[in-house]
Amino acid sequence: MSDAARVTAVASGAPAAQVDCLPIQGMITLRGQPTEVAEAIRAATGCGLPEQRGIVFEGERGVAWMSPDEWLLLMPQEMVSECLATLAGELSSSHHLAVEVSDARAMFRISGTGAREALARVCPVDLSPATFAAGEIRRTRLAQVPAAFWIGADGAFRLVCFRSVARYAQDVLENAASGAPVGFFPEG
Amino acid sequence: MSMRLEQGGRLIDRDAPLDFTFDTNPMRGLRGDTLASALLANGQMLVNRSYKYHRPRGILASGPEEPNALVGLGQGARFEPDQRATTTELFDGLSAMSQNAWPTLGFDMMAVNGWFSGMMPAGFYYKTFTWPQSFWKHVYEPVIREAAASGLPPKEADADRYEHFYAFVDVLIVGGGIAGLQAALEAGRSGARVLLLEQTPHWGGRAPVDGVEIGGKPADAWIGETLATLEAMDNVTLRNRCMGVGVYDHGFALGYERLADHTPGDGQPRHRLWKIRTGRIVTATGAIERPLSFAGNDVPGVMLASAVRDYVVNYGVAPGRRTVVVTNNDDAYRTALALIDAGLEVPVIIDPRERNDGPLARECMRRGVQVETGAAVMKVKGSKRVEGVMLCRANGTGGAGAVLDCDSVAMSGGWSPVVHLWSHCGGKLLWSDEHAHFYPDDARAPTGADGAAFVSTAGAASGCMASGDVLRDAARKGGAAVGAEPGEVPQANDIEEVPMQPVWVMPTKALPELRSKMFLDFQNDVKVSDVQLAAQEGYESVELTKRYTTLGMANDQGKLSNINGLAILAQSLGEEIPQVGTTTFRPPYQPISFGSIAGEARGDIFQPLRRTPMHDWHEANGAYMEPVGHWRRPYCYPKAGESHADAVAREVTATRTSLGLLDASTLGKILVKGPDAGRFLDMLYTNKMSTLKPGRCRYGLMCNENGFLMDDGVVARIDEETFLCHTTSGGADHIHGWMEDWLQCEWWDWKVYTANLTEQYGQIAVVGPNARKVLEKLGGLDVSKEALPFMAWSEGELAGIPVRVFRISFSGELSYEIAVPAGQARALWDKILAAGGKFGVTPYGTEALHVMRAEKGFIMIGDETDGTVIPQDLGLDWAISKKKDDYLGKRAQERAHMVRPDRWKLVGLETLDGSVLPDGIYALGEGMNANGQRVTIGRVTSTYHSPTLGRGIAMGLVEHGPDRMGEVLKFGKTDGGTIEARIVSPVFYDPEGEKQDV
Repeated sequence: MSDAARVTAVASGAPAAQVDCLPIQGMITLRGQPTEVAEAIRAATGCGLPEQRGIVFEGERGVAWMSPDEWLLLMPQEMVSECLATLAGELSSSHHLAVEVSDARAMFRISGTGAREALARVCPVDLSPATFAAGEIRRTRLAQVPAAFWIGADGAFRLVCFRSVARYAQDVLENAASGAPVGFFPEG
Repeated sequence: MSMRLEQGGRLIDRDAPLDFTFDTNPMRGLRGDTLASALLANGQMLVNRSYKYHRPRGILASGPEEPNALVGLGQGARFEPDQRATTTELFDGLSAMSQNAWPTLGFDMMAVNGWFSGMMPAGFYYKTFTWPQSFWKHVYEPVIREAAASGLPPKEADADRYEHFYAFVDVLIVGGGIAGLQAALEAGRSGARVLLLEQTPHWGGRAPVDGVEIGGKPADAWIGETLATLEAMDNVTLRNRCMGVGVYDHGFALGYERLADHTPGDGQPRHRLWKIRTGRIVTATGAIERPLSFAGNDVPGVMLASAVRDYVVNYGVAPGRRTVVVTNNDDAYRTALALIDAGLEVPVIIDPRERNDGPLARECMRRGVQVETGAAVMKVKGSKRVEGVMLCRANGTGGAGAVLDCDSVAMSGGWSPVVHLWSHCGGKLLWSDEHAHFYPDDARAPTGADGAAFVSTAGAASGCMASGDVLRDAARKGGAAVGAEPGEVPQANDIEEVPMQPVWVMPTKALPELRSKMFLDFQNDVKVSDVQLAAQEGYESVELTKRYTTLGMANDQGKLSNINGLAILAQSLGEEIPQVGTTTFRPPYQPISFGSIAGEARGDIFQPLRRTPMHDWHEANGAYMEPVGHWRRPYCYPKAGESHADAVAREVTATRTSLGLLDASTLGKILVKGPDAGRFLDMLYTNKMSTLKPGRCRYGLMCNENGFLMDDGVVARIDEETFLCHTTSGGADHIHGWMEDWLQCEWWDWKVYTANLTEQYGQIAVVGPNARKVLEKLGGLDVSKEALPFMAWSEGELAGIPVRVFRISFSGELSYEIAVPAGQARALWDKILAAGGKFGVTPYGTEALHVMRAEKGFIMIGDETDGTVIPQDLGLDWAISKKKDDYLGKRAQERAHMVRPDRWKLVGLETLDGSVLPDGIYALGEGMNANGQRVTIGRVTSTYHSPTLGRGIAMGLVEHGPDRMGEVLKFGKTDGGTIEARIVSPVFYDPEGEKQDV
């Protein structure tokens, strides 16, 4: 954030959204055919297959739809090896690819009443509560880098981007979160 | 002299004075004023000098169509040129400077241009400044720029915040006049998401000024009630100070919100650019009044009749005490009535129509105004302000007539619907003979992806000139946007108007002397005579005439001048106006700030910067960084007092003699897995990858379909079904996309999946004769020659950190490239540094990497290749499989041009004097080519000082190069001199490859 922008942001009072960089999140990229991987995903995560643009959770583990033949499996990082082993066992006779990508990404939490507006400043996504709700994941653009986000169990947004642009993403998010309210979304 | 009236002004607060300055003169206005109304209140008629002739110019309009009143606004970090006084809200402390005048607005030296205006006709610049060519840049351009200078660029970085906002709605309505409000009511009732934008701070448009009554109530009351209804709808969003500036394909539109222009420094973003996706767009953008073309129509004090009315009713300001109204339509009679209501004098209404006994004319006469029909203004008297008008017959040549004293003139040439937004995506227009204007053709609307119209117009923008029609049209269009029938539409009190009569030149047969003082485009000083001359010189196309005369090319984009100009052109060509047609309407409707376009992208977040896991260490240890794509990589690590060249030499020598360390994390890493993975890579790479054994590595080349080399790298086979492909740093995303393209579009039935793991791993190259020793010191993995030979890889732990170690070398030394989960890469880097202390471990940058690979004759994508080079040019035939039936690029490499024996091929080059060849320098052949240029027979592709050899070394592509070993070539320097170099093998260092294989 430039000094000038920072001064302006501070002048407008406390930001309506809070941005926190989260510790490493266990992640596995799984590619395969939906019919062939569904059982393996359930075995590894306890989750069913999400719908298109969907994300489902079972406790600490989750599965996000990434494309018609790709899923992102989420779990505590210490469970990654076990999950990979489960997948390998379940899919030993199915063509698939499963690989850890925990280190490839950074993850942020965006919370507060201004979270939707903060994201709507930098992501070309319909963020109105009626359209974007819990259970949905959106792969999109955060200003100039790829990103994906969903709503966590605590009602706050989770956003992932590539590790190398983590600082850029944090700066962009903090800058967006520091803007004065737009007042566009009916429920904030 | 213009002044503030004692009474009136529905938008101002007389109890809230505001101080501001114009050209440093202190002035006082009121809250609610625009800068334009405040200037008029202070008697400041003269606000600018014209672009070409430096004629004195005053405020002409009251809205965004204003061509004259552009000022430099603000100071220092909040200075911005070319701001319209008519759309600038006044605030306390505002400072404005006139533009385009030197030394002062009142006394402008450049006004001499006006004396020679007869010598500056249409196309003057094209005709005059053509010769000699050497004068273009250094004489003509600076002089013209100085004379025609407009606003000055700001000198300081912008102090304000700007942002974007992505909004998704069902219906976007542009324009918050009564049409926009009525359309929003209809669309909003359906429950659809509606966004209504209004460019000014006020709702309702000009209906209150024009005395419109809706449903038996004054317009203001209806507007207030309607706003309250809309505000109560959760699904409707209202934004004032927000202009719809552009309509684009696929239901995209831009809104330009000016949040803090009137409250600078209050913490709000100055501008917010709304990026709107919408199902339907209704443009309720109103209409703009046209000037009349009579001599002296640009003298300060001549204004649009509607603007005069706006200033009187909205701001309690009048341009003069005695105003002559000249009009070809009844609407301007309302201006006469408004002036009389305000206690001002209207001596006469000049109306070129032969008779007018309509209700508005009768009312004016009843109020004591003389109505002169069949009459015209011959010319305006005065230069810096109106002193009077000379009258003549409307259809004559402009012979001497009566002189009438006045201090202001209100003119109206009729109204043109604002069709810009309708036209941005291809909406077509029809010509109305009744109103002499273009209006939208509903049958030829812009269509969306579904083939249906996605833009419609409402109200005056549709060509409706009566309030009742406006409301009915708006209700219909607002309802249609949500697929609903309109509800009950309130009635409006429309007074019957006598038909207008098009008047394009006043008087109609005006002689040249008068025509050369009739301004069409006030901002660019284009006159009736200029367009007529263009037509005479053969310009028939309105688009070409525009460019030749500059009509409509200023930053008002001809809002006032285009229709008048093309009417003159049509007349001159003897054609009908619709046949001549309009110029193209392009977004934005109004200029918008660069800040709003940039949004958040400035300062640290101007552009994403990719950082490796070791980035912070590099910065903390004095690395000089260079951009590699969006990455920043250390170029070298200069020590205190050390030059970059010395640092590079030190790093190379340390690596070759003991131990170097490279952050290679940016290298692309793509996992390719599946039963068909080997077959797939055999198609992608020129050599055979399917025969690679698990645990082993192989260097490979990738070509595009045209045979040109596009990427290279080492492939490691992980297991029977899995390969890890390393790409160049810049090529990772492209190659991953390239793989997916072939898998998804061409070989969709091959069983292969890919994953881009570039960011998952940090990669550290441990290089030099002591590389093995340092890894043994870390412990945990057998890195002996037997366990991990050259071009093999193994997996395990080093110092307790999980790693995959590749025995590959880009330097010619014993080398291990260690892939480590990115989150632990920095820890491993630190451990290697610590363990390498006794070997004098030396981190090296990209330049040392380049020098070492060049010493080994290794090619670099982007240096030895430029998109026109095939592997065969680089002597890489050994990496091209002869056994494979096919690979991408194979067929192309067999084309006649690719197998020509005289293609330039890779060689090494050594200067005779040991110096470093300039990069990109050409080898000279004999004689001249067909273009009269010196024949060239080769070029340098990589060139460095080799600290290992103590001399300059280079690689280059030379005609018949490999057949000419030992030959000395001459290279032509840019200073005309030459430099000699001998053709040698490109492998300068350890040609047997013994050092990397120990």
